[in-house]
Parts: sequence; C-alpha cells; structure tokens
Amino acid sequence: MTTDVGSESTPQLAEDLLKRPAGPGQRVHAVLHRQPALSPAIVLILAGVAFTLLNSRFYHLQNLSLIAQQVAVVGSLAVGQTLVILTAGIDLSVGAVMVLSSLVMSKLVFDHGVPGVLALLAGAVLAVAAQTLNGLLVTRIKLPPFIVTLGTLSIFTAVTLIYAKGQTVSLQPGGFLLWSADTVSIGSLHLTNGVLLMIALYVVMGFALRYTAWGRHLYAVGDDAEAARLAGISVNRVLLSAYMVAGLAIAVAAWILVGRVGGGDPNSGLNANLESITAVVIGGTSLFGGRGAVVGSLIGAVIVQVFDNGLALAGFDPNYQVLSVGVLVIAAVSVDQWIRSVKA
Amino acid sequence: MTAPVLEARGLVKLFGRVVGLNDVGLSVAGGEVLAVIGDNGAGKSTLIKCLSGALVPDRGEILVDGVPVHFKRPQDAREAGIETVYQTLAVAPALDIASNLFLAREIRRKGPLGSVLRMLDTREMKRQAAEHIQRLGITTLQNIGQAVETLSGGQRQAVAVARAGAFGGKVVILDEPTAALGVRESAQVLKLVRDLRDQGLAVILISHNMPHVFEVADRIHIQRLGGCAGVITPASHSMEDAVAVMTGAKTLTSASGS
Repeated sequence: MTTDVGSESTPQLAEDLLKRPAGPGQRVHAVLHRQPALSPAIVLILAGVAFTLLNSRFYHLQNLSLIAQQVAVVGSLAVGQTLVILTAGIDLSVGAVMVLSSLVMSKLVFDHGVPGVLALLAGAVLAVAAQTLNGLLVTRIKLPPFIVTLGTLSIFTAVTLIYAKGQTVSLQPGGFLLWSADTVSIGSLHLTNGVLLMIALYVVMGFALRYTAWGRHLYAVGDDAEAARLAGISVNRVLLSAYMVAGLAIAVAAWILVGRVGGGDPNSGLNANLESITAVVIGGTSLFGGRGAVVGSLIGAVIVQVFDNGLALAGFDPNYQVLSVGVLVIAAVSVDQWIRSVKA
Repeated sequence: MTAPVLEARGLVKLFGRVVGLNDVGLSVAGGEVLAVIGDNGAGKSTLIKCLSGALVPDRGEILVDGVPVHFKRPQDAREAGIETVYQTLAVAPALDIASNLFLAREIRRKGPLGSVLRMLDTREMKRQAAEHIQRLGITTLQNIGQAVETLSGGQRQAVAVARAGAFGGKVVILDEPTAALGVRESAQVLKLVRDLRDQGLAVILISHNMPHVFEVADRIHIQRLGGCAGVITPASHSMEDAVAVMTGAKTLTSASGS
C-alpha cells in the first residue's frame, strides 16, 4: 500500500513509528477488541466494590442471592436478544412473546388441567413459532427487524390481553411449572432452579456461538451479510435460525417468569423487552452486529440489577437507578464505537 | 488446447429493462489464464457472478467438464469446483484469518465432540490455514489468529486469494484482484495467479489494468455493452488494440477466437 516517495530524506520514519511500543490506549483497544465482555466485567467489579463500601450488606450472600433471582428472567431473555442483535437485527417482541408464552403455559394447566410438562412444551412451541414468524418476515419479505418486531410486539401483546380476558392465573404451589422458583441452597447462597436454568442457557449458547460453525456463521452474517452470502453461507437460513433459537431462550425465560409470578399475568414483564436490549448493549454486544459475546449480556443484566439493588441499599432515590442505567447504556455504546474503529 | 473445464454458452441476464449480459459465451481450460476486460458497465461482473452462482442467468447454459450445471447459490458453484475472489473480497472482518479461510466449510472435531456437539476443530483449521498460506507462497500474512479487519488491503486480498486457491477447485475467478493494491502487492497477486495456473487450475481474471492482463493472460475475452466483442491473445493483439475494441473504436473481424 505504501510507496516510498521521499523516503531518502527521512529514512525509516514510518518504521520507527511502527517499532515504537504500543501506547496504553492502543493496548487497551486491542484487548477490548478481542474480549468485548471485558469492559462490562470491569464495570461490574467496580460497582460491586463501590456498593459494598456504601453499605456492607450489599455483598452478603443473601443479598447476592436476591440479585441472582431477580436477574433470571431478563438474563434469559437477553440470550435470545443477543442472538438477534449479533445478526445486526433487534427484537422488540421478545418480552411480549415471553408473556404470551408464560400465560399459555399457566392457563393450560389452570383452565384445562394439562400436565405441566406438556404445558411447558406447548408454551415453548408457541415461543419458537412466534419467533419463526419474526424470522420469516425478516428473511422472506425482507422487512427491517425493527419494523417486523415493532409490529409483532403489538400483535403479541394484544393476543395476550385478549387471551387473558383481564385475568391473572395463580397456580397451585408444588406444580411442575413452579419448579423454576424452587430454591436451591448452596451454603447461605439461596438460588432458584430458574437461576440455574439461566446459567445453563448461557453455557449452551456460549458454546454454540464460540465453538460451532453455526455460531461463526451468525457472526459472519451480522458482520457483513453480503460477504457471508458470497462466501457460501445461507444467510436466510442463519437469520431464521437465530430468531428460532431465540424463541427457545424466550421459552426458558417464560418458564422462569411463571415461577416468579406464581402463574400467568398478562401485565408482568412489561419492561422486560427494553431491559433485555439494555443488558445486551451494556454487555458489549454491538448493535451493528457481528461483535460481542453472550456472556456479556449476563454481565449486563447483572449490572443493571446490581445498580438497582446497590443504590437502594445506599439509600438513594429509586430514580437514580434509572438514571444510572441510562448513563451506562450511552457509555457502553460509546466504548463499542471506539472498539469498532480499527486503528490499533 | 485441452477440453474446457468451464464453459458458458449464450448467457443472458436482464435487470428489469437493463441488459446485463446479451448472448455471451466463454470457455477456459485447466492450466490457462483467461482475462476478461471491458469498460465499466460492459457486463464483466455480471458475467462472473453468473459463473460463480451469485446471480442466476435468465438464459443460456453453463458446463463444468462438459456437464451442464445450474447454480442457484454460490455454494453450488463452489461444490462444482469454482472458487471466486470477489472485488469486495467477501471476508468477515471480525473473524480471524483461519476462520475466514474455512468460512462455510469448517472442520469439526473428531468423535462425539464433533458429531454430537458439532464442535469445531479450531486448532486443525489454523494448522491447515497456515499450511495453505505457506504453500501459496503468501508471506504477508504472519499471524493466522489475527482478525481480518486489522489487516491492510493487500493482506485482505491475500486472504481472499488464499481461500480461493486453498481448496483444490478446478476454476478460480478473480474479480479486479489488483484494483486496490500497490505495485509490490499487485506483483504478488499476479505471481499467485501464475502459481494457480501452474498447478493446473483454470483462472479467470477480471481486470481493468491492461499491463497486468497482458502480463499473465493466455487469452483475453473482451466485453462490450453486455456482449462479447471478441477473444484475443497477448501475442495476436497489442494493448492499444484491446483498448480500442473495448471502447468500440475498433471491431474485430474474426470475432470468435475461442
């Protein structure tokens, strides 16, 4: 690329510059470029230390257990959101699909006496089908994901409300669907099965994204869909699969939601959708696609909950939590912009 | 000359009311470099996209080793042994060199890890990628684990060419491989073109650069206004002739030279 015009007068100027040790900024850039989940991890650690200093009750295992339990629904939902965002899309309907799925699960058991396992399966099939609809509209009709899911957000929300007829469903304790809320104690750490389900979801998806061809194709499609197509990847199939697998993650989130609500509530999880996007963005996944790691979304979801919890313990007005999340989102996207500019 | 590896007959491609290709034929044999030249909008890219499966021609037939084929997707052409380096390179910037070389043909682990868990054999892919790059004599790529977006234009080109040449296909199509490159990198790419030819592959080279074309091509296919204006060789015609035919200042009397 470089032609050596005028190199006699200033010999090796460029090479001198290249040999110069990389500045701290460049080195940080290079590391973050390889590990997009690193910056949210640092934020989480710093926040943990700060909130512990403000109120030592923060780091008590009981409090940490509470945070974990509160994170489980949005954390699981964020897995599905991550898949879609990695393809350079966005899914505004995951929350609505989750609520609809959780309501169907609960009502099948409550109204029709369907065994819990079958109700769970039916809810999962519904979530995958709803996401397949999103995926088909994106790949076949070539609509932007934002528009598709904005539309289906309204549709699924309306279907939920029509189906619920304004009623909530409370399940009998001890049923299969409420298993997700059962406590699992490790010492004085009191987790729920839902938390473990969420962690399992992250392990499976982390593996699939990192170690399978499907995962790489997802990144390649999100990075540059046309290049991926020319390289021989079936772009539409990869896109559709992203939405469908997101449906599975939504089903897990719905199951955990049933456990937390104790049944089906059409008005539950109202903010879950935006919270899932927030978690993904704070977690370092690029809204422009092709960059990020699913573990970042877990960290992102935990960060939001940690700020919520920590600020409350420190005696701040709850509105400061909303404010801090806003600052975090903008900071996270700024870092992403910096990482994506390749100058290192 | 030996039988053509890749042959196209009477290709027609319309974009709405715009004629992209009008009854174009072409043939290339193993161990031969066929250059395709033409002015902007002459149909060069449309022609090679039809050959590489990126576009489906409206009419005409394509034969590989004398057998008619119908490419619907780039994968189809690839499976038939036709590898293409696109002008846009078609690399995934965030993935590393090895991952890009093996994009859409990844190697899985042996045993249940690969067959059940579909786990990739990253180490083996890196090893083979390094081997391919060495065999092709590409010296500009040092670290196989580097993300492609951190590479220079010439290095990215080398990655794309290595991907096309690495998998022992029959035909390699290169679309403007030297357009974005400096003098030294261009020379390296042209050397790669000759190496691929000497390995017995058929090479189709699309280029604007007349000196490059006359340096490596065995035959030159001239596109003009969507049709084929003739096929010449560097021995039979001069660069001036080629440019004159390309721009329409001159027409070839014996137009069919294949």
